[in-house]
Amino acid sequence: MAVSDYEPVIGLEVHAQLLTKSKLFCPCATSFGGEPNTQVCPTCLGLPGALPALNRAAVEMAVKAGKALGCEVQERSVWSRKNYFYPDSPKGYQISQYELPICKGGFVPVLEHDGSVREVALERIHLEEDAGKSVHADDGSEVDLNRSSVPLIEIVGKPDLRSADEASEYLKSLRLVLLYLGINDGNLEEGSFRCDANVSIRKRGAEKLGTRVELKNINSFRFIRQAIDLEIARQAQLLDAGSPVRMETRLFDHEKNETRAMRSKEEANDYRYFPEPDLPPLQLTAAFVQGVRVPPLPHERYAALLAAGVSQADARTIVNDVRLVALHAKVTAIAGAESGKRVAHLIVGDVLRLINDGRLDLESPKFTPDQIIEVFKLQDAGAISSTAAREVLAEVLASGAPPAQVVQDKGLAQVSDTSALEAVVDAILARSPGEVDKYRAGKKSLLGFFVGAAMKELKGKGNPGLLNALMRKRLGD
Amino acid sequence: MSSAGDVALLPLGALAEALEGRSVSAQEALAACLARIGELDGKLHAFLRLTGDSARAAAAASDERRAQGRPLSPLDGVPVALKDIFCQEGVETTAGSRILQGYVPPYDATVVARLKSAGAVLIGKLNMDEFAMGSSTENSAFGPTKNPWDPTRTPGGSSGGSAAAVAARLVPGALGTDTGGSIRQPAALCGCVGLKPTYGRVSRYGVIAFASSLDQVGPMAQDVKGVAHLLSAIAGQDARDQTSSARPLDDYASALEAKVSGLTLGVPKEFFGAGLDPEVEAAVRAGIALLEKQGVKLREISLPHAPYAIAAYYVVATAEASSNLARFDGVRFGHRAKTGTLLQMYEQTRAEGFGDEVKRRIMLGTYVLSAGYYDAYYLRAQKVRALIKDDFARAFEEVDAIVSPTTPTAAFPLGEKSADPLAMYLDDVYTVPANLAGLPGISVPCGFTKGGLPAGLQLVGRPFGEATLLSLARAHERQTDWHARLPALG
Repeated sequence: MAVSDYEPVIGLEVHAQLLTKSKLFCPCATSFGGEPNTQVCPTCLGLPGALPALNRAAVEMAVKAGKALGCEVQERSVWSRKNYFYPDSPKGYQISQYELPICKGGFVPVLEHDGSVREVALERIHLEEDAGKSVHADDGSEVDLNRSSVPLIEIVGKPDLRSADEASEYLKSLRLVLLYLGINDGNLEEGSFRCDANVSIRKRGAEKLGTRVELKNINSFRFIRQAIDLEIARQAQLLDAGSPVRMETRLFDHEKNETRAMRSKEEANDYRYFPEPDLPPLQLTAAFVQGVRVPPLPHERYAALLAAGVSQADARTIVNDVRLVALHAKVTAIAGAESGKRVAHLIVGDVLRLINDGRLDLESPKFTPDQIIEVFKLQDAGAISSTAAREVLAEVLASGAPPAQVVQDKGLAQVSDTSALEAVVDAILARSPGEVDKYRAGKKSLLGFFVGAAMKELKGKGNPGLLNALMRKRLGD
Repeated sequence: MSSAGDVALLPLGALAEALEGRSVSAQEALAACLARIGELDGKLHAFLRLTGDSARAAAAASDERRAQGRPLSPLDGVPVALKDIFCQEGVETTAGSRILQGYVPPYDATVVARLKSAGAVLIGKLNMDEFAMGSSTENSAFGPTKNPWDPTRTPGGSSGGSAAAVAARLVPGALGTDTGGSIRQPAALCGCVGLKPTYGRVSRYGVIAFASSLDQVGPMAQDVKGVAHLLSAIAGQDARDQTSSARPLDDYASALEAKVSGLTLGVPKEFFGAGLDPEVEAAVRAGIALLEKQGVKLREISLPHAPYAIAAYYVVATAEASSNLARFDGVRFGHRAKTGTLLQMYEQTRAEGFGDEVKRRIMLGTYVLSAGYYDAYYLRAQKVRALIKDDFARAFEEVDAIVSPTTPTAAFPLGEKSADPLAMYLDDVYTVPANLAGLPGISVPCGFTKGGLPAGLQLVGRPFGEATLLSLARAHERQTDWHARLPALG
């Protein structure tokens, strides 16, 4: 049988670190990259006698994720202990949520290539603490507990994905949503956004699910596709040969282009879950849940951009970058929704170009949205030409210099004063009476000659549109 | 000025008054304790270590404050000792276990910090059953403590060191912990007062955990007033312990003067049946009669699920303990076996570091939580627990407190029950239900057996009903002198 005779069934589990200042159960800092074992205390070290104290901000972020992803946020959820021994788990158990998680159901809105939105179902979202980090060397292993007890939300997707491609799109969409919410930094390489894939296959048309395998250690989008495709092929090969697929956990090795069974997972771990006696059940009031605000999501921003007349391609470019969409929102909030298309154009053109040239950092912009609007106003009033406007914008975006200043410094002011222009028009026409007659006799191409001469007289600063119109009028058109 | 010997014999309440009246100084009180410890603890082995230097500094500071009329609390200058289960910054804390030998916590338990803020003079750490698992202090990795009334017998456990130290007047006050009776039972066997507060009344932060939903910290002293002073100093919500209650504290000192006539005492028939030593029963009934004389009414009640309490307790407590003790793995602190692979290190460290009873309970607890058994054991035990709680709630609709013996027998000989863990477990039969229901309980000395061994009377109250218990306990104490009796030592 060919691989294509099998239908892959994929469900993804994402662990996302929450961007709280302190850890889930203690006031230690969550910042990444500190000296090992310096962001620790009795609680996250699991010292004898220490107890957990819940971080409210983490709960708010989890509720935010739940609301954004259409989940049923549970008024009551219960903390559980997941018991297992490993050096990066200092208490010998992880505090998680088992039977009663904070969010149930929900879906990830995936913006498809054709612009439609596919809702990929979720099982649940729950809060749990992260483990520390182990570093293995030849002569031993070391443990850094800075990461121990950093808050995580685990987002469990239903096995509704049917290809590595779908999995990749799902993951990108989910990551983007979390970035929009400001609760996760989406960093796969640093490990703040981690993905495990549950993969099984079955004959096309079959109802019963095949045995699933869990894939771990996938830390980039490219690897997601690679790992899943590898695993599908491996399972297909097994089934074709008449061998069963074993339920196990496999590590993805991108260098060797293979997945390997993890040694320690020969038997399934019995985590002996039971309700955490050191923490009361988490009770959320309706007011608390209501008070958690959810900003517009990527697919909603996309629809709004389209409605404003932005092209699909441009809308997608903007929506896929949190900083770009935030900039668009900021500017249109001041300038009005009608400016949507113009702002989008600016963003996918000048803004992106400057970013790529390294002249603009949207993390710490030197310009303000008001300055952009000021340039638009100057352009609309005719004080600068559209070409000049682009030059001014580029300078303002890169340096934050006041637009009026830039116009002056670069001598980009445009003459739009009607009487001044009329004076020049009259002067030019008076100088070339012969050409005027030829024009009036039918040689309309001389318009360019007249306008060009006028523009030269104005040292190029004439408002082209106005000049053109005035010239025509004088010539009797 | 009393002689040094007399000072050590003062119960905590009286010592606090003497300190306030400045007839005794904190330094004198401390010196008296240390002298008596030097004289007697070699035989008793109540203390695991003393913190003499810091105690002397604390006593001197206390006297300074008293001289300026600025005492921090009634406890200012009172020597207090801590069961070795309380983390004390900079002081070795072992929980009675080899696996924590040499472990020095980098922080104070909340109750320790509160005692310091109250001006108490912390003098040392007391012996206990390893990880609070036991009823005789014979499970200590560092040797048992002897009962001051008869050194061939146990003082009870797991707070055996605390009870023995108080009863022998080595120190006027001590803190213990009670998970299934570990304050009340040794208090009864040693003839002093011990209180287990309502679950959540006192912070567990910094208390080495045995069973998280059952552990409570409590005071022990020779007199009810002393217990009230200690409770006032340590009780109250702690943001670091999210199982601690926000409910405001009562004025425990004024509860001591409250009238008890009109209160009704429940007498549970299940607690006066088979297995109860007749001499202990007689002493308890005499104590009940004394309360009746004060206008307290009696009413027979039934706690029908009480016979299942021990079984439910040993399922729930061991389950939680198996998880709480997982952190003792040799990785970050405590004993570490120097051996090969990670798994070998785990296994060897714990095999070497834990005693037999601890291993037994970890295995039992792991079993009842394991896949396939969780529903039949852990879940079911929690349901039984809810039934026991209901029994009490129903009883408290008709009575204000429940009275019973604290233990079925007086102190038993060292070694008698240590070979039979189940027999040891059954000693907790009257104390365990209060832990399962989260209720407060107090044991007061109510008499002696013919053999001269103390008997204890237990009162169990409504949730956060410590004040009522203290009133009743004081009313009983006023009419007796059991608490003033002195064991014949050295």
